[in-house]
Amino acid sequence: MDNLITVTSLLYVLSSVGYILFLFFQKEYLHKLGQVFLATGFLCNSILIGYYYAKTGQIPVRNLHETLLVAGWAVAGVFFAFQYKFKVKILGGYAALLAAVCVVASFLAPGKIVETQTIFNSVWLIAHVVSIFVGHAAFALACGVGLLYIAQENAIKRKKHGFFYKRLPSLDLLDSTGYACIATGFTLLTIGLITGFIYAKSVWGRFWGWDPKEVWSGITWLLYAAILHGRLTVGWRGKKAATMAIIGFAVVLFTFFGVNFLLKGHHGIFTR
Amino acid sequence: MVEIILLGLNHKTAPVEIRERLAFSKEEAATMLDAIKESAYVNEVVLFSTCNRVEILMTADDKAAAVETAKRYLSEFKNMPLSQFQDSIYVHEGDEAVRHIFRVASSLDSMMVGEPQILGQIKEAYFNATKRKTSGVILNRLLHKTFFTAKRIRTETRIGDHAVSISYAAIELARKIFGPLEGKKVLLIGAGEMAELAVEHLLKNRVKEIFVANRTFINGVELARRFGGSAIRFEEIPGYILQVDIIISSTGSPDIIVTKDQVKHIMPGRRNRPLFFIDIAVPRDIDPAINKLNNAYVYDIDDLNGVIDENLEDRNKEAVKGERIIDEAVISFRQWFDSLDVVPTIIELRKKIDSIVTAEIQKTIQSMNLTESDREAFDRMKNALINKIMHHPTLLLKRDGCHGRNSVYIDITRKLFNLDD
Repeated sequence: MDNLITVTSLLYVLSSVGYILFLFFQKEYLHKLGQVFLATGFLCNSILIGYYYAKTGQIPVRNLHETLLVAGWAVAGVFFAFQYKFKVKILGGYAALLAAVCVVASFLAPGKIVETQTIFNSVWLIAHVVSIFVGHAAFALACGVGLLYIAQENAIKRKKHGFFYKRLPSLDLLDSTGYACIATGFTLLTIGLITGFIYAKSVWGRFWGWDPKEVWSGITWLLYAAILHGRLTVGWRGKKAATMAIIGFAVVLFTFFGVNFLLKGHHGIFTR
Repeated sequence: MVEIILLGLNHKTAPVEIRERLAFSKEEAATMLDAIKESAYVNEVVLFSTCNRVEILMTADDKAAAVETAKRYLSEFKNMPLSQFQDSIYVHEGDEAVRHIFRVASSLDSMMVGEPQILGQIKEAYFNATKRKTSGVILNRLLHKTFFTAKRIRTETRIGDHAVSISYAAIELARKIFGPLEGKKVLLIGAGEMAELAVEHLLKNRVKEIFVANRTFINGVELARRFGGSAIRFEEIPGYILQVDIIISSTGSPDIIVTKDQVKHIMPGRRNRPLFFIDIAVPRDIDPAINKLNNAYVYDIDDLNGVIDENLEDRNKEAVKGERIIDEAVISFRQWFDSLDVVPTIIELRKKIDSIVTAEIQKTIQSMNLTESDREAFDRMKNALINKIMHHPTLLLKRDGCHGRNSVYIDITRKLFNLDD
C-alpha cells in the first residue's frame, strides 16, 4: 500500500505541474493533463482509503498520516464536484497543489495506530468525520478562489493587466464560486458539529465539554455564519468576501491542526 | 519565363494626399484592369485599392516592361505625373511578391495589425478581376492560396483576438468584471460616436435595459429611441446609478458629473453589486476617486488606451507567428509555380505513361513463354507507343515557349494526368 501512496502523491504532483504550466502557457492540452492526473490521483486516493477502511473496519483518521490522506482526498473530490458547475480552470492547480502537499506530508507523518475503543464504529462518527473533512475542503477551495479574486481585482483596479488578467475568469464568476464554496462548507460544518455533539453525547454523556477542538470549531462556525450573513444582508461581496474567505481558512487550519498540536484535548491523540 | 510582379504604394510609403489621388473606385478599377490586360506586356492582372493602399498584381514575361506599363497607365488614368508618386512606389517580384500579398491579406501590413476588413477588400478586388477575366491560372491560384493563408493565420494565431478600439476595449473590461453581460442595465450619459458604439456593442451582448440621460431632454429621447431604451432627465442620474450596472459617460461638460460621495452613498442601496464607469469624456465626467471604492471601477479614456496598447503588443507578438506561417506558404506556392514549367511536366507525363504501359506489358507476358527477342519486340512496341502518344501533347506544350497562356495547358495537363500526386 505504500506504493499506492507514492503513486497518489506522484499523480497529484504531476497534476500541479500540469496546471502551473497551463497557467503560464495557456495551452488546453496542459489543462487536460492536469485534470487527468488529478482525477487519477483522486481515484488512487479513494482506493487507498477504501483499503484502510476495509482492513480495519474503522474510518481511517486515527493518526496524522491517515488524516492527511483523507484531507488530500477531500480537497480533490470537492474540487471536481464544484468544477461541474463553476468552471474556474486554474482552481484545479490550487486543489492539486493542496492535495499534493497533504499526501506528501502524510509520508512524513507518524503512522502509529492508536488504541481506541470500539466507539469508532458509530454511524454518527462517520457522518461527523466525513462532513467535517469535506466541509473544510470546501473552505480551502473558497480560500483559493479568494486569492484568485484578489489577483484579478488588483489587475482591473490598478489598470495594469499583467500576468493574471488574461488567465483568470471574470470577477463575477470568481465571486459566485467563492460564495458557493462557503455556503456548502458552512452547511457541512453545521452537520459536522451536530453529529459531533450527538456522538459526544453517546460516548461521553454530554453534548459540549469546552474541549479546545469544540471551542475553536464553534468559533469557526460563528465566523462563517457572520460571513454568510454579511453577504446576504449588507452585501459583503467581492474583495471583502475574498479576504474573509482567506482569513476563515486560516482559522480552519488552526482549528484542524493547530488545536491538535498546540492545545490539549481529546482530538489530540489522533495526531500523535 | 513568366514571373509574378507586384507594384504599389501604401500608408507607409505615401501620405494620404497622394493615396487619395491614386485610389480607384470599383468602376474605375474595372476600366484600369481591362486597359492593362490589353497591353502587350501583361498576361494577368488584379488591382487592389483601399484607403491605405493601391496595388497592382500581375504576371508577365518581361518584368521591366510590365512595371513600366503599369506605372504609365496609373499616371495617365489618374492624371498625375509619375514624378509625383514615383518615390512612393515599391516593386516586388517572385517570392517577394507572393510574400507581400500574403502579408497584406493577413493584415500584417495594415496600420492596425489584426484588422479584419482587409481580407474582405482583397476578396472583392479579386472578384472584380475574375468578372473582367483579367486574372488567369497563376493569379487565381495565388489569390486562393492567399485567402487560405490569411484564414489560417486568423485561426492559428491570436492576432485578431483582443480589442483595439475604445468601444471594444470597454466591452472586454465589462466582461472581465461581470462575466456574461446578459441582463445587465446600462446608463448612457451624454452622446458621441464612441459612446454610442459602445452601447451598440452592449446591445449585441444582450444587455437588458438602456437609459439615456442628456442635458437636452429631446436629444436623450432621440438616442433612447435608437437603442430601444428610455430617456431620463439629467437630475435623475443618481437615482438610476442605483439600479444600473454599467455607466458610459461622454458629455461636453467641463465639470465632474458623478462624484465619489454620490456613489459612496448609493453602494449600500445596491448591496455592493459591482458598478463599472466608462468615462470617455475629456474633461472627465466621472470622479476618478470612485475607483477607490469597493466594487466600483472607473476607466477613463487614457486607461482604455492603455488597454489597447497592451493588446496591440500582444498582436505584434502574434504577428511573428503569422510571419512563420507565411514563410511556409510562400515555399509551398513556389513549388507549385515551378512545376508549371513545360519541361518537367513533359518529363513527368512521359514517366507516368511509361510506368502504366510497362506494368500492363509485364502482366500480359508474365504467363507467356517468351524468348529474348520476343521481349525486345514488346520493348520496342512500348517505346513506339509512348512516343506516338506524347508527340502532339509535347508539340502543344512547347509551342510559343513559356508564354502565359501556356500555363493553362500545363495546368490542365497536370490535372488530367494527376501529375501532382
